[in-house]
Amino acid sequence: MATQKTKISLQEVEHVARLARLELSGAEKERMRRELDGILSYIDKLRALDTTGVEPTSHAVPLTNVLRDDVEKPSLPRDEMLANAPDRHGELFRVPRIIEE
Amino acid sequence: MLTALTAHELGARYRSGEATPTQAVTEYLARIDALDPQVRAFLTVTREEALRRAADADARFRAGSLRGPLDGVPIALKDVLCTRGIRSTCGSRILERFVPPYDATVVARLYEAGAVLLGKLNMDEFAMGSSTEHSAFFPTRNPWDLARVPGGSSGGAAAAVAADMAALTLGTDTGGSIRQPAAFSGVLGMKPTYGRVSRYGLIAFASSLDQIGPFAKDVEDAALMLQVIAGADPMDSTSVDVPVPDYRAGLDEGIQGLKLGVPAEYFIDGMDPEVEEAIRAAIAALEKLGARTEPVSLPHTEYGLAAYYVIAPAEASSNLARYDGVKYGLRAPGARDLIDMYSKTRAAGFGAEVKRRVMLGTYALSAGYYDAYYGQAQKVRTLVRRDFDRAFERVDLIVAPTAPGVAFKMGEKEDPLQMYLNDVLTIPVNLAGLPGVSIPGGFTQNGLPIGLQLIGRAFNEAALLRAAHAYQQVTTWHKRKPPMDTSPVGPTPR
Repeated sequence: MATQKTKISLQEVEHVARLARLELSGAEKERMRRELDGILSYIDKLRALDTTGVEPTSHAVPLTNVLRDDVEKPSLPRDEMLANAPDRHGELFRVPRIIEE
Repeated sequence: MLTALTAHELGARYRSGEATPTQAVTEYLARIDALDPQVRAFLTVTREEALRRAADADARFRAGSLRGPLDGVPIALKDVLCTRGIRSTCGSRILERFVPPYDATVVARLYEAGAVLLGKLNMDEFAMGSSTEHSAFFPTRNPWDLARVPGGSSGGAAAAVAADMAALTLGTDTGGSIRQPAAFSGVLGMKPTYGRVSRYGLIAFASSLDQIGPFAKDVEDAALMLQVIAGADPMDSTSVDVPVPDYRAGLDEGIQGLKLGVPAEYFIDGMDPEVEEAIRAAIAALEKLGARTEPVSLPHTEYGLAAYYVIAPAEASSNLARYDGVKYGLRAPGARDLIDMYSKTRAAGFGAEVKRRVMLGTYALSAGYYDAYYGQAQKVRTLVRRDFDRAFERVDLIVAPTAPGVAFKMGEKEDPLQMYLNDVLTIPVNLAGLPGVSIPGGFTQNGLPIGLQLIGRAFNEAALLRAAHAYQQVTTWHKRKPPMDTSPVGPTPR
């Protein structure tokens, strides 16, 4: 069987999935590894370019800090903001336990 | 049929009293009922609300207090835009039941202008895709050939205009998601300059690239829509305070003496020969109108796609971190703890393409890879931008194909990378933040639309519209309609 250097291992896929808070099934992990490998191999062409001394561009239009006057303005109504909550408890969002007993 | 008219023709009928907004909206709703079971452009049809807004517009016309050229004009919106009280899914299971508590700025401005919302349009999930096949709900079909895709990610917005199911629509363009579906569906699609239109209330994909823009039946309609949505907004600090000109006023000035650049790098190996032939003919037509053409070079074009597939997924992985099942959207049951709840919710709520991009972006930003991928991609972005800067020292506009091919068959591009390659000619414009428009520039022998792309200097949408308008005065591609069967679906009563 021909051996070819892969861009990303199954262990790395599992690590990145943990960082991304994304549960992947066994079959999904292998498929993801294969597809990311193909995409990363294509992206590798970026390395061929000499970018010594080139400034990075984060936005095409230069960004400036925008400030508004420090005056009180109403927020969106609390009930409307809570209306989309998957699990609402009164005026709170309820989530599974974070701290162990 | 009022649905066949452009928005400006419809407005003229309203003003002359030959038609009312309620008549137009009723016709559009009937056409959606008849055609959308085939095309599937709409995720939500806002029937009652549309009729209510139409009645309000009727009253304004009767009272002679109309709000402007879009008053009473039936529109529809890509479902990536937040609409207060109307669910906004972004094409995703994770937002399937999300009802925004506020309107996007563009939506509020369109309502103020009197436009009537017909509904929300299908899209690739989180605007990630080039075919609308990645919608979590169903694919949209191309009105010119129902076996083909309408392009994406704004496929619903393109198909709705192509099939006369809305007079005007709004889409979003992060790497070509307005221009490419416009090309595939035979309509006009414009991506304004980054910062020209407020993104407030646009569900974010890649914040340094996303921009909202119109789909239209002709240039004048696009000018009317851009007029309403353009301009700085205190709610979006990346919107830019550059004066908004009267876009319709300059349309008839012509293009005598305009300098057009033709980039050799946009006529790539493997492009559809019928597309190349049509674009060369379109360039000749522009020359005949008095424009001068000259070759320009955009040497980093071939690196744009690779840079984009680092930058856009990186920004997406950060933007989509908010979908955690806490404040809105789906929450998966059966979690052991909070982290498990996040991971299960995202696994259940995101489709395969979104997962792929979140993984790719997280990887590119992770320790040890940041400089090699994200850092390098941002530097290449500078090189792509400089290519355009140099070209625009010599020419006023750049003219090129929108896509290397025409609408492909559904299911044809299974490999993610093959799908990404569709955007190779639209992505550089997003990286550079420039305005671009795709207009109908011909048809293949098989009757499929071909897109002609014009690219301009930052904030010079007016020049793009003027050139596109001049072209539409001497061509009729934009007037062609897809052959749609409007006979009722199902058995006919005897």
